[in-house]
Amino acid sequence: MPNMRADKNPMPEQEPNVRNKNFLEVTTGYTEEMAKDEAQRCLNCKHKPCMQGCPVAVKIPEFISLIKDGDFESAYQKIKETNALPAVCGRVCPQETQCESKCVRGIKNEPVGIGRLERFVADWHMKNVCDVIEKPEPNGKKVAVVGSGPSGLTVAGDLAKMGYSVTVYEAFHTAGGVLMYGIPEFRLPKDIVQKEIDNLKKMGVDIQTNVIIGKTILVDELFNDMGYDAVYIGSGAGLPSFMGLDGESLNGVYSANEFLTRINLMKGYKFPEYDTPVYVGKNVAVLGGGNVAMDAARSAKRLGAENVYIVYRRSMDELPARAEEVHHAQEEGIIFRLLENPTRFIGDENGWVKQMETVKMELGEPDASGRRRPVKIEGSESICDIDTVVVAIGQTPNPLIRKTTEGLETNKRGCIVADEETGKTSKEHVYAGGDVVTGAATVILAMGAGKAAAKAIDEELRG
Amino acid sequence: MAYKIVKKRVLNPQIFLMDVEAPLIAKKAQPGQFIILRIDEYGERVPFTVSDYDREKGTVTIIVQIVGKTTRDLAQVEEGDYLLDFAGPLGMPTPLDGIKKAAVIGGGLGTAIAYPQAKKLHEMGAEVTVITGFRDKDLIILEDELRAVSDNLIITTDDGSNGVKGFVTERLQELIDAGERFDEVIAIGPLIMMKNVCKVTEPYGIKTTVSMNPVMIDGTGMCGGCRVIVGGETKFACVDGPDFDGHKIDWDSAMKRGRMFKEYEQRSCEEGHCRIGRSNTNA
Repeated sequence: MPNMRADKNPMPEQEPNVRNKNFLEVTTGYTEEMAKDEAQRCLNCKHKPCMQGCPVAVKIPEFISLIKDGDFESAYQKIKETNALPAVCGRVCPQETQCESKCVRGIKNEPVGIGRLERFVADWHMKNVCDVIEKPEPNGKKVAVVGSGPSGLTVAGDLAKMGYSVTVYEAFHTAGGVLMYGIPEFRLPKDIVQKEIDNLKKMGVDIQTNVIIGKTILVDELFNDMGYDAVYIGSGAGLPSFMGLDGESLNGVYSANEFLTRINLMKGYKFPEYDTPVYVGKNVAVLGGGNVAMDAARSAKRLGAENVYIVYRRSMDELPARAEEVHHAQEEGIIFRLLENPTRFIGDENGWVKQMETVKMELGEPDASGRRRPVKIEGSESICDIDTVVVAIGQTPNPLIRKTTEGLETNKRGCIVADEETGKTSKEHVYAGGDVVTGAATVILAMGAGKAAAKAIDEELRG
Repeated sequence: MAYKIVKKRVLNPQIFLMDVEAPLIAKKAQPGQFIILRIDEYGERVPFTVSDYDREKGTVTIIVQIVGKTTRDLAQVEEGDYLLDFAGPLGMPTPLDGIKKAAVIGGGLGTAIAYPQAKKLHEMGAEVTVITGFRDKDLIILEDELRAVSDNLIITTDDGSNGVKGFVTERLQELIDAGERFDEVIAIGPLIMMKNVCKVTEPYGIKTTVSMNPVMIDGTGMCGGCRVIVGGETKFACVDGPDFDGHKIDWDSAMKRGRMFKEYEQRSCEEGHCRIGRSNTNA
């Protein structure tokens, strides 16, 4: 008989007032008992609606059944059949809009905690099982992967398993892309990402860091001089957008990319043990309402800011961040200033931001995105003290590759045009996927695109 | 992957030169471009202009002035040691096509950064005047190298200890007053020097290219830390530059941004990760 408990087993986590002062992981994960109990809530539906919500079609009811039996390793292997990075996805996937949104248990009560269970088995595996990785028989074909974020790692892993010789080129000094530079340690411990990358290396994937495709090596050179049979571009959406407001170049105004990279990749939170500093003042305004904004706000709080504000021009209902992140941020003392929009930043005589002017907004008619358009309320300007601003209003793809690669079609937003099913671009033997195609989206969608492209590349190269 | 320092040469008590083994970068580098390096796992990512390159040997030359934590630690890394990370070439090459008569101006370390431009112009057959300034004669660097690539080399010192006293701007003004007509002035050095060179050239409408070197992390357009206001627009020095039209730069903003992490630099030097006495032999 299934467990008819109405709500999910709660996720154990650090107390809000403890965790908002450290960078350790917020949630500590299910115990074996909790996992088995949660697994019992699954009805094992014949038509598996949850799977349709998963961009990489994880066999969800099957892995949950294995948890019920206490066979955690088999549950892990079941997930691994279709998902290369279970420990990552269990933590950062927006399950509430994917698998869990389709769960039958969610109609009347809370859905099964699929994400929490996925994370549990991935962590159990990492703790208890030593991976035996076999190097597949080489098939003699070479593929270059540009970017080592979630989509690049997925393509690399899938192709390596099929026997391709795969080289991943990464511009930074560390592989992992947004998983390393963007998502903070307290949400996704870097050891987990590193372990996944080490496993790819053991499988024979060659990872070349400090190589900027479009600068150090051009895409055409990968084919002509280096003899690759195909190239996959998964270079992400790394170019930060600014608002174009007065005072945006003042000291103390960061892009979210800069702020988070200083903290996560460069370990700025450990300054001066690590050389890279990160300045955080008393009153921090984070502009934007996505997951990146939540990450920046929660990081600022951990670095000692007294007041951290999320300034977002729409209301709570339109906030694009995951519900769980918003909830965690609120618990940690982040103040949400909704229906408010900055209009300019005011500096002191040394060029540091000291104040921010904002204006109140109200919601009008729905716009192209279907969300109600925020409209400025005339005369509602006000000024508050702010000494750090983090602009987290979005990112677009980096132009280095499109500017140096002839015959690669891009759209007006600078995204590479690629076939949704296969990742095929307008240039022969070049595939692309992830944020460089879609604009900033999620880890799992990037992985889904990588998976599809790996299959298409294999089909093309096998002829 | 690590990058071997195949040669290190002290140019003056504060400035040293390193040839680093980086064949992919050596193959591509152009005057005006830069690299980003990191000494070790604890290090900051810091940009350095490519001072020279040897495509055959696969080496890239950087010239470093000791100004903060990373440069102080770099001074401890010896020939035969390795740097953990070395990425590039980044930024746009300096556009030099069509220049027939140029003044290349370097201030202090900027002399090293201006050298590849002078060399390339000289190779292109342009008439090159090089004006470089130092505090005193003991700090003069690259005199022979510059002489070899210039038609006219003027070295000036703040204290006159080499026999020529004054700033590079004064020397430039004298040449202009004497009737020299430059197609272009390329000025590289401290912000204040570049700003003052621009002030000299502006009334004559002489195109003046400056090289900006703000704080940055990735060097590929990702962090936006290197924002420079040029002609009222925000540009990223790493991908749009580092060279810009000096007459359009918002110098006041650039100078203030240059001080953003000053206090941290001090703290990093005093309390930071200590590399003194350990070498990077197996980085």
